[in-house]
Amino acid sequence: MKIRATQAIMECLLEQEVDTVFGYPGGTILNLYDELYNYKDKITHILTAHEQGASHAADGYARSTGKVGVCFATSGPGATNLTTGIATAYMDSSPVVFITCNVSEDLLGKDSFQEVDITGIAMPITKATYLVRDPQTIPDVMRQAFAVAATGRPGPVLIDFLKNVTFLNAMIDYEFIPWTQNRSCSSIRALSHSHELKAPEPNLGDIDKLVEMIAQSERPLLICGGGVVRGRAHRQFREFAEKLDSPVAITVMGGGGFPGAHPLTTGMIGMHGSQASNVACNECDLLIAVGCRFSDRVALQPDTFASQAKIVHIDIDRSEIDKNVLTDHHIVGSAKRVLELLNKRLGQYHHPEWKEHILPLREKQPVEDCDKLTPGQILDAIQKAVPHDAIVATDVGQHQMWSIQHFHFEYPGQLLTSGGFGTMGFGLGAAIGAKMGNPDKVVIHTTGDGCFRMNCHELATVEHYHLPIITVVFNNGTLGMVRQWQHLIYHEHYSQTTLDRGPDFVKLAQAYGLKGKRVTNRAEMEQALQEALSCGCGYVIDCQVDMDEMVRPMVAGGAHITDFLLK
Amino acid sequence: MKQTISVLVENRAGVLNRITGLFSRRAFNIESLAVGVTDDPTISRITIIVDSGNSVVEQVEKQLNKLVEVIKVRTLEENSLIGRELMILKVNANNKTRQDIMTICEIMGAKVDDISPTSMTMELSATPDQLDTFQAMMRPFSILEVVRTGVIAVQKGGGKI
Repeated sequence: MKIRATQAIMECLLEQEVDTVFGYPGGTILNLYDELYNYKDKITHILTAHEQGASHAADGYARSTGKVGVCFATSGPGATNLTTGIATAYMDSSPVVFITCNVSEDLLGKDSFQEVDITGIAMPITKATYLVRDPQTIPDVMRQAFAVAATGRPGPVLIDFLKNVTFLNAMIDYEFIPWTQNRSCSSIRALSHSHELKAPEPNLGDIDKLVEMIAQSERPLLICGGGVVRGRAHRQFREFAEKLDSPVAITVMGGGGFPGAHPLTTGMIGMHGSQASNVACNECDLLIAVGCRFSDRVALQPDTFASQAKIVHIDIDRSEIDKNVLTDHHIVGSAKRVLELLNKRLGQYHHPEWKEHILPLREKQPVEDCDKLTPGQILDAIQKAVPHDAIVATDVGQHQMWSIQHFHFEYPGQLLTSGGFGTMGFGLGAAIGAKMGNPDKVVIHTTGDGCFRMNCHELATVEHYHLPIITVVFNNGTLGMVRQWQHLIYHEHYSQTTLDRGPDFVKLAQAYGLKGKRVTNRAEMEQALQEALSCGCGYVIDCQVDMDEMVRPMVAGGAHITDFLLK
Repeated sequence: MKQTISVLVENRAGVLNRITGLFSRRAFNIESLAVGVTDDPTISRITIIVDSGNSVVEQVEKQLNKLVEVIKVRTLEENSLIGRELMILKVNANNKTRQDIMTICEIMGAKVDDISPTSMTMELSATPDQLDTFQAMMRPFSILEVVRTGVIAVQKGGGKI
């Protein structure tokens, strides 16, 4: 069947069961948007205020639903505005297909208006990039791009269509093939010869060896990493942890992979990890890390990391093995499959003495009972007011660490945070994506005044699409995390971190047609939350917090994991 | 330690960029690099020499394997590979020195490609070590230009990568 090239692009989206895309139109992508007009019954397009917001929204949609996110942007500045979002998705292995259009073939390479080599720019921050110059290749490229984004270790992919490829008179041969079948199409078949598009099947000898190591261990520790979340292996992980009867430390990206309130949880590990997690890491005799890449925020000092332990690494990506930390044993495969195989071979273990030594260390600080509003009070009030399955999207900094330390995440996709790239301004876009993908869930966006100011224009999107997202601003008038470092390490030289400036976030919310409230104590916070939950529209709570509040505990970068700078 | 990595890649625009970009952003230094099309016109073969420890080479190999454009990666065994590089060298030459230069060329197996009243241009295909020796022997005559292709290599025996 012959159809328009642009029509084929839309049909290929439908093949992948895409019903929501985020984006921003412009000159070179006009043809695609013209076609989108014909597909408005089948594909919902969310127009954001800025391409960066669209990129984070597509990412947040992907993280919260487990599906592939899709984001459109035009050439030149439209495309470069995506780059922070692409890198954010890449560092956290989030599957997003970014679609841009470029100038037409006759203008390519001539420094034409709004021309940029986006496939070149995006190379180091994508799994693959495609520059499409021939309309006939559209179905192949689209199918391959989605397969690459979603399979193995997921990640972002960029497709750049030249404008002439999308001309409305460009006709191509096309046949609709659902994604479950099109994974066997020619372009993907060619790829599967050289690449394991599916996750590699774990080696059974490796599994048996780990079972033996577990039998020898008296002080095991599990790390729940982002791979458990991306692979939706939370059930298998929980069964494994309970069978092993081992404490479980959770990385920032692992939030939601193992229930935060589970009796075996020791909380976060690493730079702002709990005493329990970090001490357990230092004293365990067997460390099993699942889907965790031992980043410098976890393995702060790789040489002494878990120095008493045999380190076992389970990961879907072979190149992560022995990259940051040298391991004693590893299993390459998806978290779900590896854990399934392990669970089948594993009996019930008991480690009462070890647990008794470690688990009491995680006792939570009681929430301060004082007149001024503290971060602990804010988070406690949120936790008590919202449904336990509410999705939390954070920005980056102190409020992010506080949120992850305080909330108990129960399922993958409940916590949306930029762990690897640390992108300030990620949260609101991600919250928009999450709300689009999970209309029945309450979505909370926690942020700081520095982060919020970066992308607060997306409040326009929140308003237009009637998304009742609750933004909680930890407004301490400073870049809190940087200030904390300046306080502890830089002799209190508060260089360029004080944010003694506007806007008034309540008025800002109102200017965007939303509601807002400034709160200075716990009672006001609770009242504002009730209003926010019942008002049915976006709501901004401006929480006045002291600028010298700090994230505790803290271990300095590069230091030994139990050398706490702050307890 | 020098190691030779052979990579089969799709023969299309941007692929070399992707490969070399991977090296630079992870601060792996490339000692030499040579690219050419294989018997199958859709596939190119890249030969890369890196001077690094085993763990770096292992990491390079794993990272290369992840690229969609890469078809196959193999680190060649140093003691059983045939590695050759081509050098073209132009040197100052006159009636007094020409005979001495010719003697060295004969010993090293270099072929004279061009001659002028003041210069000689030779080519030599050999191992990088032999090229270094030849270059050192020519230095006293004052070298005008040197061009080297970078090493290409295959494993000995009937196997292929």
